Amino acid sequence: MKINSVKLISLLFFILSAFYLYTAHQIQVFAFDENAPFNAKTFPIYLGYAGMFFSGLKIALPDQNPIEVDPTYLEFKKTILLVFTMIVYGATILKVGFFLSTSLFLVFSYYFLGERRWKYIIIFSFPFVAIFMYLLHGVLAVYLRDPLLKYIGIMG
Amino acid sequence: MIEGILIGLKTALSFQNLMMVMIGCFAGTIIGMLPGLGPMTAIALMIPITYGFDPATGLILMAGVYYGAVFGGSTSSILINAPGVPGTVATSFDGYPMAQQGKAGKALAIAAYSSFAGGTISAIFLLIAAPSLSKISLSFRSPDYFGLMILGLTAVAAFSSKGNFLKAMMMCVLGLMLASVGQDTLSDIPRFTFNNMNLSDGISFVLVVMATFAMSEALTIIIKGNDPSKAAKQISLTDLGSIKVNKEETKQMAATIPRSSILGFIIGVLPGAGATIASFLAYGMERNFVKSEEKEKFGKGSVQGLSAPETANNAACSGSFVPLLTLGIPGSGTTAVMLGALLGFGIQPGPRLYQTNPDIFWSVIMSMYIGMVVLLILNLPLIPYIARILAVPRTFLIPMILFFSVTGIYLMSFNNFDIFLMIGIAVIATALRLYDFPMPPLILAFVLGGLMEENLRRSLLISDGSWSFLWDRPLTLIIMLTIILIVCLQCYKSFKKTPNVAKTSQ
Repeated sequence: MKINSVKLISLLFFILSAFYLYTAHQIQVFAFDENAPFNAKTFPIYLGYAGMFFSGLKIALPDQNPIEVDPTYLEFKKTILLVFTMIVYGATILKVGFFLSTSLFLVFSYYFLGERRWKYIIIFSFPFVAIFMYLLHGVLAVYLRDPLLKYIGIMG
Repeated sequence: MIEGILIGLKTALSFQNLMMVMIGCFAGTIIGMLPGLGPMTAIALMIPITYGFDPATGLILMAGVYYGAVFGGSTSSILINAPGVPGTVATSFDGYPMAQQGKAGKALAIAAYSSFAGGTISAIFLLIAAPSLSKISLSFRSPDYFGLMILGLTAVAAFSSKGNFLKAMMMCVLGLMLASVGQDTLSDIPRFTFNNMNLSDGISFVLVVMATFAMSEALTIIIKGNDPSKAAKQISLTDLGSIKVNKEETKQMAATIPRSSILGFIIGVLPGAGATIASFLAYGMERNFVKSEEKEKFGKGSVQGLSAPETANNAACSGSFVPLLTLGIPGSGTTAVMLGALLGFGIQPGPRLYQTNPDIFWSVIMSMYIGMVVLLILNLPLIPYIARILAVPRTFLIPMILFFSVTGIYLMSFNNFDIFLMIGIAVIATALRLYDFPMPPLILAFVLGGLMEENLRRSLLISDGSWSFLWDRPLTLIIMLTIILIVCLQCYKSFKKTPNVAKTSQ
């Protein structure tokens, strides 16, 4: 049996299902519910078995349409940079505020994806976010937390 | 029924709702046009906005987005041979050759008229079928619902992901697992929260949809190095030719539309089948119906070859609303997203929706029709302008999608944890997409998870823990036998198939 990437993913899913099943058994139910036909852990237990069954079948049965993705064609660097930018964006949005963190996220994302026309980078970041914020906060009355703009006195 | 239609018309024709249909159709067309981004992404991006409106308005907006995205998908199929959605792949068979012959405007007009006609006929079917089925489904009990939900998941796994049945079933289980995170609905016992307070309310539906569709589609485009704007640069998006359709072509369409509409609607009602299968079947059926000299034109710019799949995929879209509105069970990924949104509004679709919220039930049906009219009179003439969106480079497009995804979640919870969770799910979904693990079954399962558990709970309690409820009632037995038949057929198919190595380099 040849191990390909799909089988490896299936194996990971099998392990995940086994862990899920173990955790499902650990769910603390009320004493009076312990022997009931259905309690909080019944459905998850069946799910754990179902996950192990389907992933087990996928591992055991021959793959009729094996898919191999050639990693040399994949743009890992750009994707990782973009994911990292999103994580930083998520981490700063509450502390720095919506305006600055969103605008910087857009600037860095455009740049990491290969955009070098600074005129467009600037237009589609700071002014774009300002208009978006005005529409949300000013027109639709959707609250947007922004300590920085509050400190400056632009937002109430 | 007349009273209901009038209620629906009154709600749908209010100024605010008319605006929502227009905005929805417009936004849907733009998003659906971008290759790789389909109706599910379009609806997912709209969900956070809809929560600011009342349920009827929110649903009307989503229905508009849905139809707009399907229409947008046809546009990119015809203009650049890059279907925005799987349901419009068959459209490109004859639409793209027509565009190459300098008749892009005509091809778009044929697609729009066929969509409109297919949508109109199926909306009439929906008007008749939905209330009747609602009345019948009132007699359904928990075991029947449980069986129907398994049938829906199995059918989606079997039909929507050709050749990937086991992968799709794994995704179904993953979706159900994600749905089980959080407090148990009856006992409030925390499950799979790992003492993290952020997980005690469970994982947000919008978060999962955004992560598995909008965000992971954007990341997939990046990691694969695709550039949707490349194909658009090869054609003129400003000069699409005349949109006039002559008498001969109208005559050809008149014969095709009724049969494709009926076929599309029936396929759409079936769980799991949907627009893709409907459009391919209609294309194949039409090829068998036409004269031999017309048959030769198929694949080279045939009017009927373009009209049939377009009619069928729109009819199937309306058809897919039948199980959602009458049984509360979505038959496709897109309607699953809409069910999730409905539940977010605190509305439980199903047979009682027709009685408890007639304004929502009828206004959604009526707004679908209004959406068709909007697409025809507003979007078709604007296509040369809207089509320019195809030329937007990915350097701007992808960050915008990511921005709307993150902002959507941020506005709902104001919580960093949800953003990180969404990024984590999106990264996993991107890796799974690379290896053809389908996402619609995951969403369908995630939405149905709570309902499935609830119905299983009731069934097992009523039968005192015995699984005999699966065959006690004839209806449940029929549903279970259908599930077994689908599973056996899929297993037989996978064993029968000859090995075929498919290598994806990009």
